[in-house]
Amino acid sequence: MLYYIGAISLILIGLYAVLVKKNLLKIVIGLAIVDSGLNLLFIAIGYVKNATAPIFSSESLTADKMVDPVPQSLVLTAIVIGLAVTAVALGLVIRLYDHHKTLDINKIRQLKW
Amino acid sequence: MRKAVAILLLGIFGYYFASIFLSLPFGEKREGVGKHYLENTISETGSVNTVTSIVVSYRGFDTLGEVTVLFLASTGLGAILFDVRRKKRNEQNASPIVRTTSTVFYPMIILLGAYVFVHGHLTPGGGFQGGAIIATGVLLMFMAYRKFEANHTLLSVIESLAGLTFVTVGLTGLIYGGSFLVNFLPLGTPNDLVSAGVIPIIYIAVGFKVGAELTVVLDDMLKTIR
Amino acid sequence: MDWMAFLVSGLVLILIISAVFSIMQKDLLVAVIGTAAISVVLSILFYLLQAPDVALTEAAIGAALSTIIFLIAIKKTDRFEE
Repeated sequence: MLYYIGAISLILIGLYAVLVKKNLLKIVIGLAIVDSGLNLLFIAIGYVKNATAPIFSSESLTADKMVDPVPQSLVLTAIVIGLAVTAVALGLVIRLYDHHKTLDINKIRQLKW
Repeated sequence: MRKAVAILLLGIFGYYFASIFLSLPFGEKREGVGKHYLENTISETGSVNTVTSIVVSYRGFDTLGEVTVLFLASTGLGAILFDVRRKKRNEQNASPIVRTTSTVFYPMIILLGAYVFVHGHLTPGGGFQGGAIIATGVLLMFMAYRKFEANHTLLSVIESLAGLTFVTVGLTGLIYGGSFLVNFLPLGTPNDLVSAGVIPIIYIAVGFKVGAELTVVLDDMLKTIR
Repeated sequence: MDWMAFLVSGLVLILIISAVFSIMQKDLLVAVIGTAAISVVLSILFYLLQAPDVALTEAAIGAALSTIIFLIAIKKTDRFEE
């Protein structure tokens, strides 16, 4: 239950940064925090009490005492894709800074016309 | 004003979000597709690590798509940051302590990454983790040495060969067994290093591909002008 | 079992505090270190949730590569949020 609370508060804090902050880098940081919260939520849904990790490393482990492996395999790739998405977003931020010499989204909007 | 509206919206959103997820029972066994995977992973794929067997075998086509997304992201970053005036980095070398430690640790980190993706079907780990560890090793060298250059030709050759291996293994399965990524090699005994058929081959290819792509991402970010 | 719940609540508290800290901080360099702290705590939580594969990925990517990419971007742009 604590894990759900942590994951939901991470998602809400990240969304707050995306909605309110005016600095482009802060917005990207907020997106990264939302990403982390979603990953934690997925893993927490797949958890089973008193179970082991889904690896049959010894004969005594049985399939009915293991956590759900499907969310883990989804999150595994989602973390790597998240890094690539963050890198592309930061590349765009660097390009915008080159052009406008500012990171404030309001000023960038004024310079548009 | 803006903050108040945002907090109000987030409050409504958070209330419904929390009421959905807090009513979900935590830590209970669910009867889903995961049950089938757990019960049949050894007999069907020969891989001891169920997460690996899902990523590479049951959902292998999905993984091919994800590796393609990574490739597109690194290519797109290169296109975004492309600049004709791109020049060599002109920072100072790090201190002798950092340089010496990096030189000693660089081969060890590469070895650790290789270990992690070769044993992906036996222990926690696999191609994605191993590739990321290799990229951190290269990052250490970038930080320590001013003159350290990533060899772009070599990286693109490694990246293309790894992708080609993945697709070739998949197509061989298509010819041999009737569908993409069918396991056409013998499964062997579980918990052996050489077991699980094509799973180690594909995961090693994914490891090289992810390592090369993340290195290219770091190199592109470091080498832009300013 | 009781100290386990204590440990988890402490870790979740650190998670929320470092998220709020990195959002509120005006110095972006410090904010990025806050996100690295989130990644390290998340990696421990993944390990406690019996997901060693995901913990390994999060430790390698969240704590090292993601932080460094943010630091490079800050170096090429502005450090302070006005």
